[in-house]
Amino acid sequence: MMKKLSGLKLDHRKNTQNAATVEFPLPSKVTIPMAMNMGTPCNPTVKVGDEVKVGQKIGDTDAFFSVPVHSGVSGKVTALTDYLSANGAVCKAVEIETDGLQTISDEVKIPEITDKESFLKAVRESGSCGLGGAGFPTHIKLNPKTAIDVLVINAAECEPYITADYREMIENSEDVIGGIRLVMKWLGIPKAKLAIESNKPEAISNFSSMTSGDDSIEVVTLPSSYPQGAEKVIIYNTTGRIVKEGELPSDAGVMVLNVSTASFLYRYTQTGMPLVTRRLTVDGDAVGKPMNLCAVIGTSFREILEYCETDVDSVKKLIGGGPMMGMSLRSADMPVVKTTNALLALKKYKEPVTTACIRCGRCVRVCPLGMMPADIERAYKIRNIDELKALKVTLCMNCGSCTYVCPSNRKLAETNQLAKMLIPRK
Amino acid sequence: MGKLIVSPSPHDRGLMKTPQIMLNVVIALLPAVIASCIIFGLRALLLTAVCVASCVIFEYICRRLMKRDNTICDFSAVVTGVLLALNLPVTLPVWMAVIGSFVAIVIVKQLFGGLGQNFANPAITARIVLMVSFPTAMTNWAVPFYYKESAADAVTGATPLVSGDASYLDLFLGKTGGCLGETCALALLAGGLYLAARRIISLAAPVSFIGSLAILTAVSGGDPLYAILSGGVFIGAFFMATDYATTPITTKGRIIFGLGCGIVTFIIRTFGSYPEGVSFAILLMNILTPYIDQLTRNKVFGAKEAAKNEG
Repeated sequence: MMKKLSGLKLDHRKNTQNAATVEFPLPSKVTIPMAMNMGTPCNPTVKVGDEVKVGQKIGDTDAFFSVPVHSGVSGKVTALTDYLSANGAVCKAVEIETDGLQTISDEVKIPEITDKESFLKAVRESGSCGLGGAGFPTHIKLNPKTAIDVLVINAAECEPYITADYREMIENSEDVIGGIRLVMKWLGIPKAKLAIESNKPEAISNFSSMTSGDDSIEVVTLPSSYPQGAEKVIIYNTTGRIVKEGELPSDAGVMVLNVSTASFLYRYTQTGMPLVTRRLTVDGDAVGKPMNLCAVIGTSFREILEYCETDVDSVKKLIGGGPMMGMSLRSADMPVVKTTNALLALKKYKEPVTTACIRCGRCVRVCPLGMMPADIERAYKIRNIDELKALKVTLCMNCGSCTYVCPSNRKLAETNQLAKMLIPRK
Repeated sequence: MGKLIVSPSPHDRGLMKTPQIMLNVVIALLPAVIASCIIFGLRALLLTAVCVASCVIFEYICRRLMKRDNTICDFSAVVTGVLLALNLPVTLPVWMAVIGSFVAIVIVKQLFGGLGQNFANPAITARIVLMVSFPTAMTNWAVPFYYKESAADAVTGATPLVSGDASYLDLFLGKTGGCLGETCALALLAGGLYLAARRIISLAAPVSFIGSLAILTAVSGGDPLYAILSGGVFIGAFFMATDYATTPITTKGRIIFGLGCGIVTFIIRTFGSYPEGVSFAILLMNILTPYIDQLTRNKVFGAKEAAKNEG
């Protein structure tokens, strides 16, 4: 095997890895945004005053790059509001007052799948998007233009704190394998690689024995270093293939799917219940009882924090996702969305002071793609676009490793994203 | 609820910060400082204290005058002070050491933009300025343990590079004439390996520097072990050729930098009129560093070569 791409050794802080998922009690109200994934936001298909049931579609659009939205509660629509998401985009949101009955909608029925086309249609109707955090529409990912010969299941979960995918693997291991077989079957992919970081030995041995009689599924152990779960890194470290600049994984014959997404797809084909709940890890030094929760999408973060015995007033920083790539939230009064794999509440957080670059080269050494953030920063300062192009800043995936290691607390990853914007798109 | 802090990811930072790095370098230099006190007496400590204090004061005044943040707390001026002291002969008048600190901190470092922006190593440039300005005082080499002699005047002698008759053991332990910190190879090696173990420096430049000098000396019929143990090779290789600001950033670049240092040192020692060439070699390579950096950029994973005539 070739040399694996190196990475950053982080403190894993998987405090919740043995915390079995707790069902979060039904909230009295949910706020469901119409844009929770990459792509076009949906238009609400319900009006104020409408009765909705569990699994009922409440938002959709004709746009190709989109995913429909469903309700996870039964109750009454009380408002259609404008919602400002964590990344600054504005969309509509549906507010539903729950009636506590959780009546299942008639729309929920096991999908009929006979071929690839009906499978992809069912995947779209399930409301599925990448559950690892990026939220790429699953039905589009499952329908690439080129032939795929390896399916890589991303179970690296390389971010500190988060154990949501790990709990999925422990609690629903049959669904994970079922989901992998499902995708392989309908897309005609001969080989799957389930890639797990070495800090999850229980999952590795469990899946190894489950797939021992099946040569088509291979369990791959990844080194426990960050960012193993980054798409290009996991593809190289599992298959040895390089996704070239400007190309997609499918151009290298690979498809990468998050483990919880695969598992969800299997459950959907068994029950017909669309994506209306999700598991999230609640942790951080402000959280009294760190745990894994299964919450209805639209549940307020504030209720979740209070449930986990958090003094919400003491929180200095609230993060949706992991500490390396998660989104800093401006308020606790935001809802759980499809891509919320973790909620971290920090109270000891202090914004670090930036000092002069000492050219130590740590950012260069740590970059998994071999980029040179220190040079990019210099080129960005003087707006040298040719230099930024030569330094390939557009390939930066914002994993944050350079900022993490910088002894001068320079915001290198942030600068990379700003520098990308200077480069004209073709 | 108080206002939440909203800032871009990552939201976590590593523990190794600039002051910690500088403190570690000071720790790594301590064996050499202690060795210099044993070999050359307490005046070595006085000289070190003067250099450190004057460097820190110059840094403070300079930053104040330029209306910039106070940076003495990053300890980089302390490192420069210790390094400068280790590059001076023990008999040097104190006022000359202060001039050296002025050159290092004010001219070489702050006038070019401060920490990380200087193109040449401050301590080495200061040594060269002092050497050119006060050639007699800078080559007045006290013999080891002279302070134990009863004679009032310090007994001076030649450095082992000139005399060529020191034993390997004396060279390794530093019982020879020379600057404060360059004689005891053992102490410098210990400090350098400590920094490498803490992953503060990479051994690429020191190994290629010392290695290329040894090989060239051997090929030319000299004594390679004597060549690397005498003069300022160890302090130069471990503490100057690994300076962040003035050496290349990639491993490939660092190897080239070290090779260059070794070759230039050899050329100056063999053909030049100075007996020692380490300082000039490092200064020369400092100046070439931006070009080495340009030529040794990393290839980005998955990047395609830029099409010609693009942009």
